[in-house]
Amino acid sequence: MSSYHLDHLQHLETEAIHIMREVAGEFERPALLFSGGKDSICLLRLAEKAFRPSELPLPLLNVDTGHHFPELNEFRDRRAAQLGAKLIVRTVEDAIARGIATPAPGEVSRNRLQIPTLLAAIEEFQFDCCIGGARRDEEKARAKERFFSFRDSFGQWDPKNQRPEIWNLYNGRLNPGENMRVFPLSNWTEMDVWEYIQRERLEVPSIYFSHPRRCVRRGGQWLPVSALVPPKLSEEVRDLVVRVRTIGDIISTGCVESPATTVADIITEIAAARVTERGSRADDKASEAAMEDRKKAGYF
Amino acid sequence: MSLSATSPRPVDILRFNTCGSVDDGKSTLIGRLLYDSKSLMEDQIEALERSADITGGGQINLANLTDGLRAEREQGITIDVAYRYFATPRRKFIIADTPGHVQYTRNMVTGASSANLSIILVDARLGVIEQSRRHTAIAALLRIPHLVVAVNKMDLVGWSEARFLEIRAQFEAFLPRLDIKDVKFIPLSALNGDNVVEPSPHTPWYAGPTLLGHLETVHIASDFNLTGFRLPVQWVNRPNSPTDAALHDFRGFSGQIAGGVVRTGQKLLAFPAGIVTTVKQIWTYDGVVDEAFCPQSVTLVLEHDIDISRGSMLVALDHLPGSSCELQAEVCWMHTRPLQVGKKYFLKHTTHTVQVVVTELIDKLNMSTLDSEPAPAALAVNDIGEIKLRAARPLVFDGYATNRLTGSFILIEPGTNATVAAGMLRAPHDVFKPETADYVI
Repeated sequence: MSSYHLDHLQHLETEAIHIMREVAGEFERPALLFSGGKDSICLLRLAEKAFRPSELPLPLLNVDTGHHFPELNEFRDRRAAQLGAKLIVRTVEDAIARGIATPAPGEVSRNRLQIPTLLAAIEEFQFDCCIGGARRDEEKARAKERFFSFRDSFGQWDPKNQRPEIWNLYNGRLNPGENMRVFPLSNWTEMDVWEYIQRERLEVPSIYFSHPRRCVRRGGQWLPVSALVPPKLSEEVRDLVVRVRTIGDIISTGCVESPATTVADIITEIAAARVTERGSRADDKASEAAMEDRKKAGYF
Repeated sequence: MSLSATSPRPVDILRFNTCGSVDDGKSTLIGRLLYDSKSLMEDQIEALERSADITGGGQINLANLTDGLRAEREQGITIDVAYRYFATPRRKFIIADTPGHVQYTRNMVTGASSANLSIILVDARLGVIEQSRRHTAIAALLRIPHLVVAVNKMDLVGWSEARFLEIRAQFEAFLPRLDIKDVKFIPLSALNGDNVVEPSPHTPWYAGPTLLGHLETVHIASDFNLTGFRLPVQWVNRPNSPTDAALHDFRGFSGQIAGGVVRTGQKLLAFPAGIVTTVKQIWTYDGVVDEAFCPQSVTLVLEHDIDISRGSMLVALDHLPGSSCELQAEVCWMHTRPLQVGKKYFLKHTTHTVQVVVTELIDKLNMSTLDSEPAPAALAVNDIGEIKLRAARPLVFDGYATNRLTGSFILIEPGTNATVAAGMLRAPHDVFKPETADYVI
């Protein structure tokens, strides 16, 4: 093998760094969406690789649904502080209070309400570009996404009218009020993300590793019992050793029984997995086009 | 450091795209590759079965795996490029599934531009049609190194070797007119899985590999040009740290190497300043290195304080690029508003965006005959033609045949900001003449 060889992770890394720097070069006010989840943890490391030794030239933005796992928010705040990055948090709670987001009668999930909250934050800070950690292998509608995903002045995605992306030439030109979502991890798979976390020795929130937790069986999944998810009398409740594979809200993230206590264990588990990571997200199961509909409305 | 506690992991990536007409079975073929290579998960198979009950009369439709948008499922077509990922113990694969309708050629260019390999699907009953020629011509134009002609639906022609050879001859009749070096013909049935992952019992007359076998073993000669260093500057890295003295004066030029190799101490020419300088340090997050190569992303610190910013290019002295305002290129037109001679566009080339005016429309490729038609009236959507451009500032470039990254551009329409064309530059008439430049600081 020639010494001028990059393995698959190095290829994905240089592609993502290139995209990060294009964002810094082409946009006036970019932000990076950082939730503390595994994908955005990789994004932050890629931002360090793209911009160090300078400070990160963009703030971190998180939409807090109020239904986050507490471990996630603790990690999010700590990691941002470690990097000396500016972290902006906007909450769905506040957006509801201000009338920006309106829950439907009886609507418990905050998933849909993230959309107006995010769009309001974009408007408040006049962000022209948000970098997100979405990957094309996650979901069928995501598979059609570009690296540079154009959103109109309502934040909408129009899958039939996407800008062609050729070679590594990204068209970032916008008119006032328009917005770009940029996804440097587009070509990464769940396995790539964990291998990168392993190679870079990145810390991840503790809930990715197995831990004892009281869960309730609902909709074919084990949901964590919490103040927001009290078990009904008829439901089966068990104390299990579980971990989360993907982090959504605490009310919709299914836990999987797992003995994985290290990143290496997780990689072994994924290699043998028979269900996709989004298979444990109730929000995507709502209908076959659930993600497509949310993205058209401005979901990242 | 070991990558994984499990089996040996893929060490390289093969990017490929699939093209064919409506009903050639592209989506079915990709579904079959994923299904038979055991890359599908139970919930995906479950979702397939759910949709089979609704639309498929109980029959699992592998095409539903890739036809992701509701609009597509309803119309049974693919409207945009969809990307799929799978890995075998030998390789990681990135698939761009590109639709075959006439009006979506721009998506094929999108999906194919960075591919190592293109799969052209042909319906064994229909043989070569205009779409097959068009897709092959685009693959050739984009200089995709490897081509596979997948002759699909062989079950519907009775697994006839004669029919397979006939289609092969149809291709070979026009292939010499295109610049394609490596072509492989494979008889298969995507629907039934013959010769996709598993060898078919129906083709004793075919001794070649299955499709997956070929994808796993085809030699991917480096797509990246390792001669002639090029660094288009993306971002000037200036920490301006008031507290850290070591960083106070740091001034680096960040970018992805678009060609060649660079070493500490090497002399480079900086465009557009036209000044020679020396590499003082190759900085990366993972430490300072002595050498870096295409397509790595690096930050170069230089000996001299030169005016360099985004859009500048650092190049090796032994392989000088062209530098000119007058450009000639093949373009694929991607917008419903046709190309207008005399109109101004923005041209994005590497990290440099410049205004251009189209000065001449030289010819247009006839997709049926693959002949050039001189002096056409217009270049409409999905047309491929040769044009001349004049740029407001000189472009530092190579011919696309020499370097895909420094020889390609896109055109953007002012106002709408639509990406209207993909362009491939002809080699420069003259390389840059350094004797006219200020050589020393």
